[in-house]
Amino acid sequence: MNKHAVRLFTLIMNRLIVVLTLLVLSAWLFSGAGEKAARPVPTLTFEAFEPMLAKRNDTVYVINFWATWCAPCVKELPDFEKLNQKYSKQKFRMILVSLDFNRQKESRLIPFVQQHKLKAEVVHLNAPDANAWIAKVNPDWSGAIPATLIYRGDRKIFREGSYTFNELDAIVKQLFTK
Amino acid sequence: MKHFTMLLTLLALSASLMAQGYKVGDKAADFRLRNVDGRMISMADYPDAKGFIIIFTCNHCPYSVAYEDRKIELHNNFAPMGYPVIAINPNDSIAQPQDSFSKMQIRAKEKGFPFPYVLDADQTVYKEYGATRTPHVFLLQKQGADYIVRYIGAIDNNHEDAAKADKKYVKEAINAIERGENPDPDFTRAIGCTIKVRKS
Repeated sequence: MNKHAVRLFTLIMNRLIVVLTLLVLSAWLFSGAGEKAARPVPTLTFEAFEPMLAKRNDTVYVINFWATWCAPCVKELPDFEKLNQKYSKQKFRMILVSLDFNRQKESRLIPFVQQHKLKAEVVHLNAPDANAWIAKVNPDWSGAIPATLIYRGDRKIFREGSYTFNELDAIVKQLFTK
Repeated sequence: MKHFTMLLTLLALSASLMAQGYKVGDKAADFRLRNVDGRMISMADYPDAKGFIIIFTCNHCPYSVAYEDRKIELHNNFAPMGYPVIAINPNDSIAQPQDSFSKMQIRAKEKGFPFPYVLDADQTVYKEYGATRTPHVFLLQKQGADYIVRYIGAIDNNHEDAAKADKKYVKEAINAIERGENPDPDFTRAIGCTIKVRKS
């Protein structure tokens, strides 16, 4: 009888250890995943961001200017995300440049990025003196958004207006062919 | 590479087609558009005006909204000098329901716009002017029977905080033409919302 009790106790303890281990492990995993989802959105001046517009290497860069309040921008975001997924294993880098108002970064932009689980890199541009920098992105840009610059080295394609996934994909494919 | 060049050419072509519209120095056409009070408005209705601050703008765009008080201020400061504001909504109400004529009437009343707020109902005027975004200003000066474009661009250089705007482009441009000089700058770029076009 006594022997039986000891065995039962050991069994329960062993199970308890397994359950506790699982709990700790899952808590650790979840917190890790949580940190990954809440990727930071840095706020940059135009001067700090400008080097991203003219990288001299063989990576394809897709730079999309958008804002949470811009309906056509939000509409095309899933296509950009899809493109980012498709080329994630190649020399490819996408940056979604938010032009949301500074006072709405915490109240609108960050919650939007989290809710939509955006995987592409998001930066927030703090550059109110727009006339000073818009032409440096591209001389054809009047300032309306969405606007997208796609480039690889010297080959640059700019559009003020929306893209479809197929249009984006065709441009990226062309840029990858030497 | 051949395909790429073709693609580039096509894109450049479409960009140049889109880039129609007025440049500084061009003659601007008059229009006849319905105001929120129901009247039809033309520049010809203002025989005493020396010019016009034409602003393509709308209800829904946060950049347009951010500039609402500054548009009112521009009108209140410059209409007595002969340069009234005429605000034109170029957006299609099916593409952007917040910019319908009845919503325009509501917004004009809420803000007490002292200037006409008219609808470019068939979306021809914004194309002729070459407006690409809201807000987008065209400063016109009357010379005889002509309306000459003297400045195209933004109201000032800080959309988010009027107090921090240290370049008041439209104000400076009017002051320049009043002195008989050319505005400098006479063209500026600004972030704004694309014009919402009817899907056919």
